[in-house]
Amino acid sequence: MATPIIRVSNVSKDFLLPHLRQRTVKGHVLNLFRRSRTMEVQQALRDITFDVEPGEFLGIVGRNGSGKSTLLKVLAGIYQPTRGSVTVGGKLVPFIELGVGFHPEFTGRENVYLNGALLGFSKGEVDAMYDDIVEFAELEQSMDQKLKNYSSGMQVRIAFSVATHAKADVLLIDEVLAVGDAAFQRKCSEHFRALKKSDTTIVFVTHDMSAVRQFCDRAILIEDCGIDAQGSAEDIATTYTRLLNPASPVAQPGAEAQESAEAQAQPTRWGEGDMRYTRVSVPAVLADESTLALELEAVAEQDVDMPVYGFLIKSSSGAPVYGTNSLLKRLPTGSLRRGDRVRVTWSVPNVFSDGLHQVVVAIADRHGLVIYDWLEEAATFTVVKEEKTPYLVTLDASLKVTKAGAAGA
Amino acid sequence: MIRPQKQDVNELLARIYTRYRYSLILLRAMVVTDFKLRYQASLLGYLWTLLRPLAVFSILYVVFARFLRLGAGIPYYPVYLLFGIVVWGFFVEATAQGLSSLVVRADLLRKISFPRYVLVLSVGASVLISFALNMVVIVFFMALLRVPVRVDILWLPLLFLELVALSISLAFFLSALYVRFRDVNYIWEVCMQAAFYAIPIIYPLALVPARYARLLVLNPMAQIVQDARYVLVTPQTETISQLYGTPWVRVIPVGITLILVVASVAYFRRQSASFAEEA
Repeated sequence: MATPIIRVSNVSKDFLLPHLRQRTVKGHVLNLFRRSRTMEVQQALRDITFDVEPGEFLGIVGRNGSGKSTLLKVLAGIYQPTRGSVTVGGKLVPFIELGVGFHPEFTGRENVYLNGALLGFSKGEVDAMYDDIVEFAELEQSMDQKLKNYSSGMQVRIAFSVATHAKADVLLIDEVLAVGDAAFQRKCSEHFRALKKSDTTIVFVTHDMSAVRQFCDRAILIEDCGIDAQGSAEDIATTYTRLLNPASPVAQPGAEAQESAEAQAQPTRWGEGDMRYTRVSVPAVLADESTLALELEAVAEQDVDMPVYGFLIKSSSGAPVYGTNSLLKRLPTGSLRRGDRVRVTWSVPNVFSDGLHQVVVAIADRHGLVIYDWLEEAATFTVVKEEKTPYLVTLDASLKVTKAGAAGA
Repeated sequence: MIRPQKQDVNELLARIYTRYRYSLILLRAMVVTDFKLRYQASLLGYLWTLLRPLAVFSILYVVFARFLRLGAGIPYYPVYLLFGIVVWGFFVEATAQGLSSLVVRADLLRKISFPRYVLVLSVGASVLISFALNMVVIVFFMALLRVPVRVDILWLPLLFLELVALSISLAFFLSALYVRFRDVNYIWEVCMQAAFYAIPIIYPLALVPARYARLLVLNPMAQIVQDARYVLVTPQTETISQLYGTPWVRVIPVGITLILVVASVAYFRRQSASFAEEA
């Protein structure tokens, strides 16, 4: 067995809680008198130990706030571990964010040099690869325009293009790389596949289990600041999906389902509250299913007449794929008295493409104007399909090839 | 025995280069960025680097040399005054911009791992460029007023070195402190206002009673300003050696500067690990 290129031993990281940290001299002076209150710390990483072999493609998965991005920053040397140690053999380049240091007032060309410098390239080195970078980004025409006139897609392309040229023994990649339109996503995938074949060691943080299955040799699941599990990419992807779905589904026996009841804090929930959802149940994985079943339960907090129920499915990049509501469908939904409960079941043909999807659900008044309840990220589900396309939907297109005539006939 | 030594030297140079290569690349990129940004979208562009000090100096000249006549008895008083302001201006800019250099680039600190001192040094380098351009204007005025150049001018690089060491070390100290304590900038602003009057920049030191003057001139900035004027403009400048009767008393201001360099660098290094979390 080769010596590990990254060795993380018993790493813990504590942060001072931001609202308790004293940023002014006055605060410090006052705290001389009540010292005890400033000592509150928040643990971000707890006793993390793992090794990465040279050439390995390691995935780090975990929920938001589980500490995986902090771990990446500790690996990158941006944060110092409170306890424990990290040793990295070889040159390490972190991509916590694409286009770090980009300046809107500069032209595309100037930004390539600036970003290149941050990645450690001298002017001469950027000169040498400049044409490649521009060609890869497909931006030959706009390199002398100011960056502020670029679309966000163009900015991402130029940033990614510079990033792909970084030569390092170890690359740390945050999930922010997985953005952009479909064509760009395909470029990302191609690049990752090429990296996987090379000798480069990669640590990859993501939410996207299909990416983990596709690229990673091994994965680590971070939960609640510590390592919850590590093993093959397949095992960890399954464990992670289970972790997100603690309760068994009512409607879909056999399939894993996702519950997102009101007990869970919804950061992106709003509405007047005349009615609200109490349960959102969506299967976590759609493998062979030909329909997507959205099982919803709602309660009326006021008397309401003909409420409108609606949903929207978004792709992992946030692009709306399909949505509708009872008003568009001209479906009568009846009247509800205060305290009444309803069950709403949508059945949607599974035309979605392979990958992660988000579900938005809402209830509005009879005209669809006053929103009673809107859950932006009500649930997510992953579609697994044999045919992997970068497009929004994957339909049953049929193909027939027949010989129309032989040569020389 | 000479050859291996030469090889050692080459190896050492190569090692130093690899070690500081990234810092140098970054430093260059940041200074260039700063310079380009400063004069972007202005009609006269880079010309302003010269026009601005020229205009400011003309105003000061009219106010202080013509109307207030503070410099009676000092030959070449306009140049004497302007030079003092240029040296002081470098100190103020380097420390004030240096102070905020880490906090304004908090985005970089949080996202990439690079030697943190580059941010402070890049500000120092930018201010040094402006200083050099200001010196061009000073030379222009010197030629205009036919200020004789004496052999004493050879001391000037050493004095500038002391000035840069003092300013940049304070910038290191203040920038690290500012990450922790966000009212350092207000305190420093007040300090600078007070120092402007505590240092003989717009008034000749001769106006101050000798016992106070002797105290004032122990301040490294006062020593630098007066010595620099002495060697560049006129020997009729009251310097620290004249006030104490010996040149060796310079040990005090120079010593203060050296202590500041060592202490600031030590403090900055100790704090730099936590900049990403606190900036």
